[in-house]
Amino acid sequence: MTKQPPALPEPQRGHLQSRRGFLAASTVAAGTIVSGRALADSLADVPAREPGEDLSGLSERSPFVHISRIPEAGPGQRNVDPGDAINSKAPLDKLVGSITPADLHYERSHAGVPMLDPAQHRLLIHGMTEKQLVLTMDDIRAMPSMSRTVFIECTGNGWENWHKADETLTVQNTHGLISTNEWTGVPLSFLLDLVGVDRDALWMLAEGGDGAAVARSVPLTDEVIDEAMLAYGQNGEPLRPAHGFPLRLVLPGFEGNMNIKWLRRLKFGDRPFMTRWETDRYTQLRPDGKAEQFHLHQDVNSVITSPSGMMSIRPGYNRITGLAWSGHGKVTRVEVSTDGGASWHDAQLNGPVLAKAQTRFQMDWAWNGNPSRIVSRSTDDKGNVQPDRKSFLERVGATALFHYNAQQTWRIGADGSVRNALD
Amino acid sequence: MHSIKTVIIAAAAAALLSDSALAFPYDFGRPATKEEMALWDIDVRPDGTGLPPGGGTVAEGKAIYADNCEGCHGEAGQGGIKDRLVGGQGTLATGHPVKTIGSFWPYATTLYDYIRRAMPYPAPGSLSDDETYALVAYLLNLNGIVPEDARLDQSNLAKIRMPNRDGFVPDPEFRTITNSR
Repeated sequence: MTKQPPALPEPQRGHLQSRRGFLAASTVAAGTIVSGRALADSLADVPAREPGEDLSGLSERSPFVHISRIPEAGPGQRNVDPGDAINSKAPLDKLVGSITPADLHYERSHAGVPMLDPAQHRLLIHGMTEKQLVLTMDDIRAMPSMSRTVFIECTGNGWENWHKADETLTVQNTHGLISTNEWTGVPLSFLLDLVGVDRDALWMLAEGGDGAAVARSVPLTDEVIDEAMLAYGQNGEPLRPAHGFPLRLVLPGFEGNMNIKWLRRLKFGDRPFMTRWETDRYTQLRPDGKAEQFHLHQDVNSVITSPSGMMSIRPGYNRITGLAWSGHGKVTRVEVSTDGGASWHDAQLNGPVLAKAQTRFQMDWAWNGNPSRIVSRSTDDKGNVQPDRKSFLERVGATALFHYNAQQTWRIGADGSVRNALD
Repeated sequence: MHSIKTVIIAAAAAALLSDSALAFPYDFGRPATKEEMALWDIDVRPDGTGLPPGGGTVAEGKAIYADNCEGCHGEAGQGGIKDRLVGGQGTLATGHPVKTIGSFWPYATTLYDYIRRAMPYPAPGSLSDDETYALVAYLLNLNGIVPEDARLDQSNLAKIRMPNRDGFVPDPEFRTITNSR
């Protein structure tokens, strides 16, 4: 007989039921995602060992762990019906290290999540090429492959704080549209050679098999040719449907929507195709009414994930930790301020520090109990420094909507409460 | 079993192929036929490349809009639960920009491309080429860009100059693309 696994979210069986009264995690302490923490204050109170659950084909998370994405709509549109959600945000406050589990990787989908049968999936490569080819997934999986750990980030990440700071936001709300996975697939350069792409073809249209048929023009710069891949794997397993199963484009450092999911067509041309997404949608309106187009790299960024919004801390030692990243290269430095940006201290970077991947940073801090404002700022190996909010808005204006990478401030009250703040 | 002669021929063939960029005689996939490529080759570019034969009028588009689009985009392109399609001209440089087809989209061809690939949301690809022309005509008429008696087709759609045609400034990094290939 196979026993039923414990039902989530509340532990229901055996010793998982309370010994001394199960305490739900109603108060969120910094970094805590595991309920029932610190209940055993004497070793005598630690539950006795006993035989555990049956081994299983799929290992589930502990019933004590409560961690999930949050489906949301546009800025300020939270707690929406999943049918109205346009993205789902990764729980940055509850993740450790720098890799995102595949099922918690943030998602932005433009017409739902198609369930594609890989046996029926095809990739058409055509346009300015010697050969026009139709490839099956078997073809693609048989090709020489590569793996690389990179972040993918929605251009809208951070858009909650353009105009005001809602005090109830967590870092999942403010910055949850980024994740880092190891992606595995075929180097784009292999396919360029396979079909014989014309030397005059400088742009590639990549198109998805979703209901919106999302399509973006990708510039064939050396950076793209050297780094792009057609990925069929994430974190060692086939892509999840939400992330493009069976095939997606991965463009390290480029804005999320260009990493076309459910990829089914590549067409080569000598100029951009000017799809809806690169004209009307993912462009940056400037104060003068003109829009910046093809702002394709995700800029240098960072955020403190603990302590962060809606957590509470106690005076004394507190480890400040967070994530930093840049679509231009490798993070070389993260500085943390505990006085609202008046003074800065170098944080430690936890390895491995990879180009175009999220990097974990941390810093020791003794909180004296006075109201404080904690902020981080990152620098990358191209010399880009994450701007403070004021200078960011002066340069970009307030209507651009995308590519918000201003420093994030968390305000800490005398009672230890941590809240979202503009600066 | 291969004779020595066959092996030598194979080696010579491989040597010939190695003059190309690929080191191995890969045999992935199959040639795409013209007929099947036509089914998938749906992009329409600003110069009109990709526009299919056919055409449609503003009046035809109004009826098609009522049946397929009004539920989400509202009567006459505004007031619906999804993107507003009409108005907003003159607002882009204000604190409350209203981005619509009329105020923001730089190319009428993109409208054809987008409707054909993605709309109506519950049944993308279900509109005929003629119906798509008609919808584009209707939406451009609502925005004051084409007259009420307009009929759009392969010959005139790409010639329409959208009000915000010059409203986009490419990032300097991607204004001119070069590579080492």
